[in-house]
Amino acid sequence: MAELSVPTIESFTVTLIVRRFDPENDTEPKWEDFDVEMYGTDRVLDALHKIKWEQDGSLTFRRSCAHGVCGSDAMRINGRNRLACKTLIKDLDISKPIYVEPIKGLPVEKDLIVDMTPFYKAYLEINPFLVATDKPKKERLQSPEDRARYDDTTKCILCAACTSSCPVFWTDGQYFGPAAIVNAHRFIFDSRDENAELRLDILNDKEGVWRCRTTFNCTEACPRGIEVTKAIAEVKQAILRGRA
Amino acid sequence: MAIKPAGTLYRGKVGMWSWVLHRISGVGIFFFLLVHVLDTALVRVSPEAYNIVIESYKTPVVGLAELGLVGAILFHGLNGLRVIAIDFWSKGTKYQSVMFWVVITVTVVAVAGFTPMHLARVFGH
Repeated sequence: MAELSVPTIESFTVTLIVRRFDPENDTEPKWEDFDVEMYGTDRVLDALHKIKWEQDGSLTFRRSCAHGVCGSDAMRINGRNRLACKTLIKDLDISKPIYVEPIKGLPVEKDLIVDMTPFYKAYLEINPFLVATDKPKKERLQSPEDRARYDDTTKCILCAACTSSCPVFWTDGQYFGPAAIVNAHRFIFDSRDENAELRLDILNDKEGVWRCRTTFNCTEACPRGIEVTKAIAEVKQAILRGRA
Repeated sequence: MAIKPAGTLYRGKVGMWSWVLHRISGVGIFFFLLVHVLDTALVRVSPEAYNIVIESYKTPVVGLAELGLVGAILFHGLNGLRVIAIDFWSKGTKYQSVMFWVVITVTVVAVAGFTPMHLARVFGH
């Protein structure tokens, strides 16, 4: 019988430098490096899994779906906010170590896990639900044009990559932040919703949309490709007009 | 391997750096205006003292600082127009990066045109 030639899949070794913090033993975070063998199809999340499963079980990070839908694993990869599950290692510069840190501006609880409470609190404050008093027999109709107005902002998965990339949010934790404004935008420009005025009023605050300094870090960080800064600019315009 | 003790610097793109430059140039211009208002106000107090102060500015160091001042004001003013466009022009957010490079180009060209003229004046006598 002819010999079967089994093609070998090329692998490479990459160094990950992870910013770690153990609240029980550390007073401040420290860097720790790990070498892992990876394949071209592996993502940063796979590398973190490999470290946790094979090298150091105490490494702590969040992840649920691992496919860019749940928004649990936003972290700072080589200085930029990314989802670990959507970042292929081969797309990064693997000749250098890969730096992985928790997202900025929220209190670190352990390793890559931050306390998301302030983030969710800002989200809740903008009333992220449909307010409609009419009682139609079937569904509420909407034209494709009206639907298109807020299409972009329906894509948010609340991963906090945008809010924690914002220099204003880093220094002023009271700022609503891009994610809350994006989700307000989703209802403000929804023709079926009746509470746009209230939401515009909430965001016309000292800590509301006017805190935005248009650095575009949020737009660049969004793993769903939402044009966050544009959405914020549209809310600013709506406040100036006094209506959506 | 040298392990950095602090976290890494956020690697934002031109939007972030234009904001940083805008702030730095703004603070610089503020301090210039503060000194400028004070020295000009001095003329009401004592014209002789005013003359002494203005004469003391005629050094190469101040001459070079003036070059920086022209650059800072040009950048701050032009980038201010860019920020206004981002806020009020519907396509502003789309072209923010292009507009940033336009601002930088105009600033560099204008400063480059001004520099020989200015330096000839500073070092000419």
